[in-house]
Amino acid sequence: MNEQAAVVSLRSVTKDFARGGVRALEEIDLDVRPREFISLIGPSGCGKSTLLRIIGDLVQPTAGEVVVNGKQAHQARLDRDYGIVFQDAVLYDWRTVAKNIALPLEMLGWDRERRSERVGEMVKLVELAGFEDHYPWQLSGGMQQRVSIARALAFDPPLLLMDEPFGALDEMTRERMNMELLRLWQESGSTIVFVTHSIAEAVFLSTRVVVLSPRPARITGVVDNDLPQPRNTDTREQERFFELVTEVRELLRTGDRSGEELRA
Amino acid sequence: MSTTVVQPVPRSFGRMMGRGARDWAPAIAIFVVGIALWEGLVRGLDVQRFLLPAPSEILRTFWDERDTLVSAGLFTFKEAVGGFLIGSAFAVLVALVLARWRPLGNALMPYAIAANAVPIIAFAPITNNWFGILSPASKMAIAAVIVFFPVMVNTLRGLTSVRPESVELMRSYAARERDIFRRVRIPTSLPYLFTGLKVATVLAMIGAIVGDYFGGSQEALGIQIRRSAGIFAFDEAWAAIFVASVLGIAFYGAVALAERVVLSWHPSVRGGRE
Repeated sequence: MNEQAAVVSLRSVTKDFARGGVRALEEIDLDVRPREFISLIGPSGCGKSTLLRIIGDLVQPTAGEVVVNGKQAHQARLDRDYGIVFQDAVLYDWRTVAKNIALPLEMLGWDRERRSERVGEMVKLVELAGFEDHYPWQLSGGMQQRVSIARALAFDPPLLLMDEPFGALDEMTRERMNMELLRLWQESGSTIVFVTHSIAEAVFLSTRVVVLSPRPARITGVVDNDLPQPRNTDTREQERFFELVTEVRELLRTGDRSGEELRA
Repeated sequence: MSTTVVQPVPRSFGRMMGRGARDWAPAIAIFVVGIALWEGLVRGLDVQRFLLPAPSEILRTFWDERDTLVSAGLFTFKEAVGGFLIGSAFAVLVALVLARWRPLGNALMPYAIAANAVPIIAFAPITNNWFGILSPASKMAIAAVIVFFPVMVNTLRGLTSVRPESVELMRSYAARERDIFRRVRIPTSLPYLFTGLKVATVLAMIGAIVGDYFGGSQEALGIQIRRSAGIFAFDEAWAAIFVASVLGIAFYGAVALAERVVLSWHPSVRGGRE
């Protein structure tokens, strides 16, 4: 695979936080190929979210190179190459569902007609038809997150960055949202980088699971996920699913141990 | 699909008022009881008139003097509104500048706080000297200065209390700083701004009336209160205070109403999850 083809290409990315001189990330190398669904998993506070923000040019790395769609991350952001979804839905309270979804389209300068047409499609895609004129506080947590996902997908970005998007949801809603996300991923053909600290979620969703060590985060290992597509509720009961879960769990433990050895 | 959804509250005016009547009932009851108690105590204990007149007497005096009092009230009210508008406009402007250029804000805030500790009302004789003792401008200046700080601080707090993710989201759309202000910071700040403005209405009235005390047109309400008290016509002073209170409440109510219209999206305005 040549580097041009990678959607995201990280080379020796290192991040030190100026305050307290804490090293968050150390020498991260990673290529994300088109249409991949990559999960970043690691203990909380290890720097997964920082890594995601570095890919999105929202945080600057101390050293290393970040290339998105063959461009510097900064240029990719200016070109609006990615949509982003946070743990909180981050909806704007003064905008209705429809207007929240339309926000990126306004920023792109789409006219009203084109916007409302696209919002109509997106609302159907995330199954919120009929709720266009509701305000965010009138929706449940799961519905709010669906609005947030619709907003991120509205302008068809080639890359979707998701920072524990279902972390605040209850288990049942979370599993249903996982199914919906897989459906959206297949329909939209986008590439996803997904931060989570749930092993089961990472294994269920992704094509590859990238396991990070405690701070400073290094890549402990990458698990290729050969679970068949499309995945469904049965996937979670397959033997291979449990094998992969075990594999990821052991890698997380290795990362922990190597950290302890370093400290010793 | 979870459907714990609240239907939009119909925003009919009648319904808003209907809910208002229910909410206000306890407050109105307390008002009625309070006035009745006042009236009863003054009559029962035979309190002397110049110490505390009964509400009925104050009302009678008001009615007898209504022409003078209302025109004096409106004269001072105009001073208060003028000062409110000038002070608030300037406060919002300064808050926007300080929120946009944070280092400047950090450099200036200590002085703003120190300036707020200055007893502004003591400057009334000085503004009289600057703008002319008979000119309403001198009272507007006092009201404007008093109003400035609470409006500025509240607006600045609103402009800067935006969730970091909201800004990151805008940056992911390659938004410029002015887009972030227009679409995120300013809407976020509006509930804070209105909190400041509501406080400001009352402060502006106080500023204008007390400003009058230091000399001004004979038409002004503060002058009326001072003169009535000077000649022991305390029922007249009370009637003037009554006029000032009614105008102050109306002023506050007008801003609160504007808040309801502007913040129609806000859960507190739309009745919350009913």
